[in-house]
Amino acid sequence: MTMLQIQNLYKEFDGIKAVDDLSFTVEDNSIVALVGPNGSGKTTVFNIISGFLKANKGRIIFDGNDIISLNPFKIARLGIGRTFQNIRLFPQISVLDNVLLGLKYETGHRFSSALFQTKRMKKEEADNKKKAEELLKFVGLAEKRDALAENLSHGQRKLLELARILALEPKIFLLDEPIAGLFPETKRTMFSLIKKFKASGKTISFIEHDLHSVMDIADKIIVLDHGKKIAEGTPEEIKQNKEVLKAYIGKDTL
Amino acid sequence: MEYLIHILIIAGIYVIFTLSLNLIVGFTGLAALGHIVFACVGAYTSSLLALNLGISPWIGLITGAILASILGAIVAYPSLRLKGDYLALATFGLGVIVYSVAKNWVSLTRGPMGLPGIPSFSIFGYQISNVWSYLILVLTFVLITYQAIRNITNSPFGRILKGIREDEIASQAIGKNVNKYKLIVFIVGAFFAGIAGSLYAHYSSFIDPSSFTIMESITILLMVVFGGMGSLKGSFVGAFLLVILPELLRFLGMPSSVAAPLRQMIYGLLLVILMIWRPQGLMGKYKFK
Repeated sequence: MTMLQIQNLYKEFDGIKAVDDLSFTVEDNSIVALVGPNGSGKTTVFNIISGFLKANKGRIIFDGNDIISLNPFKIARLGIGRTFQNIRLFPQISVLDNVLLGLKYETGHRFSSALFQTKRMKKEEADNKKKAEELLKFVGLAEKRDALAENLSHGQRKLLELARILALEPKIFLLDEPIAGLFPETKRTMFSLIKKFKASGKTISFIEHDLHSVMDIADKIIVLDHGKKIAEGTPEEIKQNKEVLKAYIGKDTL
Repeated sequence: MEYLIHILIIAGIYVIFTLSLNLIVGFTGLAALGHIVFACVGAYTSSLLALNLGISPWIGLITGAILASILGAIVAYPSLRLKGDYLALATFGLGVIVYSVAKNWVSLTRGPMGLPGIPSFSIFGYQISNVWSYLILVLTFVLITYQAIRNITNSPFGRILKGIREDEIASQAIGKNVNKYKLIVFIVGAFFAGIAGSLYAHYSSFIDPSSFTIMESITILLMVVFGGMGSLKGSFVGAFLLVILPELLRFLGMPSSVAAPLRQMIYGLLLVILMIWRPQGLMGKYKFK
């Protein structure tokens, strides 16, 4: 089954083609890597999928819904959880609160619940705190729960951002350069988490500019250059693709 | 003694202003520069209802607060797309508009001549006219406002507001309808500012447009920043400090022609010092960026 289907997506900024007639699919319960050099339009694609940018042309079908014209918050609610290349946390609130913000509330987030401090809200809050703590434990940030998010290291912030979208329980994770700037050890943690997501039935698509890093983890690799798809296939197929070798990696490597 | 009570009443009214603006600016991070217009609407509504139609100030107070909320929603709605400086400019513009209306719609507001003889509140036929009873009335409203804003901010709802303050895009990315929350915050903030405006009008028994200038909005914003954005205790401290400070200057025996500009200068100086040494305000945790 197809989880996410991108059809003939086109986006230009002041005449410059950022995404040029791009089509690809993300199958259910798979890991798809979007690879390409800087400026090849990877993040633009993610920004369009998550609704922060509007495409000039094209369709995006997610889980049976056409989401191209929806607001970002509605897209998130449908089950698309994304992270950002330069990490977007809520810096001046606690790590635990950052995760709590991602969790669903039935009534507790309502204005009236807040004003009258309803029992239901307090119960939901207590339940969600437990859930949030578990999520923090899952990504290995349990003892940082009361720290302000701004005081975390780069790697910890990446993990916290991940915990926050985990809280959303999305159907698909869109991770924008999840391993950029990480130490090898944290990189392994991140990849093992991504594999765990897949094992638990989730679908993952992520962006990475380094082709080597994604070979071991991706089921499918899509290579972009100047907004165009120049190759698509399994890691094995990509390794042998001349187009990729020429345009992206350079003839001598690999 | 009466003078002291008078100061406390004024400080109490400013605490309501500051708490309600803190919800908008300190907790949600929206740069709103026209808070006094909601007070203006509240004050004129309940005063005019009482003077022209003989309607009880209690009903006037609620009507004024509701009209202020509606104005808050009207301002917020188109401004939701604006961020930072632009929102500040839009709300600033609103401040100028409402002030001009109050000043120039002479047939309704009597313009710069103001509205004299505004009656006070009464409970069960007992007129709240002396300062002591008015102080109790104001303190009651201070408590109600404090409790309401504390409940609102101390909840999952309030956490979302802080999330919007910290990062709007991230808030949207986790499924928060940012515009809805901003709208609610403006409505609630305007509601309490409307109440405070009405309390002021019935206390001073005279209002004119000069009480609702842009400078007043800026003073309230200063109180929020002084006490600490996102800190409720800070709102008390900020409001009290900036109400009492100019009063202390009186005791220095300066002529009022010197004292008034001196007040502004001291505000400015204090703000500069504070921004250097304690950008989060006296009681706040949230750093202004």
